[in-house]
Amino acid sequence: MVHLYEYSHQGKPVYLMWDVESASLSILDYAAFLCAKKKFETLNASQEKDYFALEETTRKEIENELSELEKDGALNAPALVKEFSKSTEVVKALCLHICHDCNLSCDYCFAGGGTYHTERDYMKAEVGKKAVDFLIENSGARNNLEIDFFGGEPLMNMSAVKEIVAYAKEKAEENGKTFSFTMTTNCLLLNDENIAYLDREMDNVVLSVDGRKCVHNGVRHAKNGKDCYDVILSNALKMRKARGDKKYYVRGTFTSQNTDFSEDILFLNDEGFDQISVEPVVLPDDHPLAIKEEHLDKILSEYEKFTENYLERRSCGKWFNFFHYMLDLEHGPCPNKRLTGCGAGTEYLAVTPNGDIYPCHQFAGLEEFRIGNVFSGISKASVREMFASQCVLTKTHCKDCFAKYFCGGGCAANAYNFSGDIGGQYKIGCELTKKRLEMSLAVAAIEKSDAFKEDNQ
Amino acid sequence: KHINALFKKALCKNCGECQSSVGNQSCKK
Repeated sequence: MVHLYEYSHQGKPVYLMWDVESASLSILDYAAFLCAKKKFETLNASQEKDYFALEETTRKEIENELSELEKDGALNAPALVKEFSKSTEVVKALCLHICHDCNLSCDYCFAGGGTYHTERDYMKAEVGKKAVDFLIENSGARNNLEIDFFGGEPLMNMSAVKEIVAYAKEKAEENGKTFSFTMTTNCLLLNDENIAYLDREMDNVVLSVDGRKCVHNGVRHAKNGKDCYDVILSNALKMRKARGDKKYYVRGTFTSQNTDFSEDILFLNDEGFDQISVEPVVLPDDHPLAIKEEHLDKILSEYEKFTENYLERRSCGKWFNFFHYMLDLEHGPCPNKRLTGCGAGTEYLAVTPNGDIYPCHQFAGLEEFRIGNVFSGISKASVREMFASQCVLTKTHCKDCFAKYFCGGGCAANAYNFSGDIGGQYKIGCELTKKRLEMSLAVAAIEKSDAFKEDNQ
Repeated sequence: KHINALFKKALCKNCGECQSSVGNQSCKK
C-alpha cells in the first residue's frame, strides 16, 4: 500500500510518498508525484492533464526510479505480517490507581473527578506491594517492567507511593528485574520534597497543564474553588527544571473550546517546556466539550498550522519535541508491537485501590471488564483473551489505512465507548491519527532533506 | 533525479522489552 500526499511548507508544495508495509518515506518532484499517483492511486482532472503533458523521457526516468525502489522492497512492498496471535501469558506493565480521589475537578475527566464513579479510595501500600508481586510473577522472562502511579491525583497518597517503590526495587534485585516508574500529576501538590523524590525515582513524570491560563482554568477547577493556575504552572516549571535531560512531559488536553490548540502548545514552549504533549479530548457527543465531526476541518487545519510553527521553532533555537510527532523511522518498534498497540488487557493492566485488575485505567470500575484481583489472581481470563484476539489485522477499518502500523489499531476504550465493541472504530480518533502521521512524516522528511536545509541557511 | 528516498524499510529492520505505549516508540533491543 502506498500513500501519496502534498504538504505546504513555507508556501511551497512538498510531495511525499509513504510506503506503508515497508515504512519508507520519499520526497518527490511534481512529475514523480503525478507518475506515482497515476500508478498507485487516482489522479484528479487537473493532475491528469499535467501527467499527460509530461515528456516521455521524464516519464521513463521516473518509472525506472519507481521500479528501482520496488525492487529494493521500499515501495509497494508486500504485507509484512499476514497472521498474528497475541499471548496473554506475560504482563510487563501495571497502572496503579494509587488514589481514587483528586484535588481538582476537571470538566472532561473520564474518571469522574478522580473517583471513577465510585467512593473515594486510597490504595494501601499492602495492595501496591501485592501488585508488584503479581507483576513479577506474571512477567515471564521480561526484564524491563513498568509501574505507573496514576489517579485521581497520586500525590495525595505519597506515603503509599514511597513504600511501593522501595518494595519494588528490593524485589527487582531479588528477581533480576528492572523497574521503570512513572507518575501523572496535576502538579498542585508538587512541593520541593515531592519534586526531589519524583526526580530521583521516576523514569518519566507527566505534568498536566492544558496551556494558556484561560484555557486551563476554563476546564480544570480546584475543588476548593480557588484559581490555582499560577501555582500549578510554577510547580510544573520547577519539576521541569529539576528533570534536566531526564524524561518528563507537560501534557495538555484540547477540547472543542480551544480548537486553536497550537497556541497552547507554543505557549507551553514559550514558558520553558521542551517536551510537550497536547492531545484531543475524547468525550461522548452530547458533552459540551466533545470534539465532533463538525470540528474536524478546523482541527486538521490547526495541525497544519502548528506543523509550520513546529518546523520553524525546531530550526531556530526554540527546539521542542511534540509527543504525537515523534517518529522512529530508523529503529522503530517491531511488527509485534505495531500490530497490538498499547497492550491493554494483555501485557498492560490497571489495578484499582482495592486490588481489582482491569484491562487498563479507562476500563476501571466496569464490572464486565474486571479480570481479577491481585490477592486472588486472574478470575476472568476470557476478558484478557478477548483483548488478545484484537490487533490491526483483525480490524476491518484498519485494513486499508496508511497509519495502521503507527497507531496499532487505536484505543480499545475509545472504540468500546463509541461503538460498544473493543474492536470497533472511534472515527474521529482515526481521522486525527492519520493527520498527525501525515504531519509528522512531513516533519521527518523536511528535516532530513538537504534541499530544505540549504534553503534555510 | 526525481525521487529523494529519505527513509527506507524502517519496518523490515525490526522481545517485549520495549516500553508499554506506537509509532513513537523505539525498539529496546
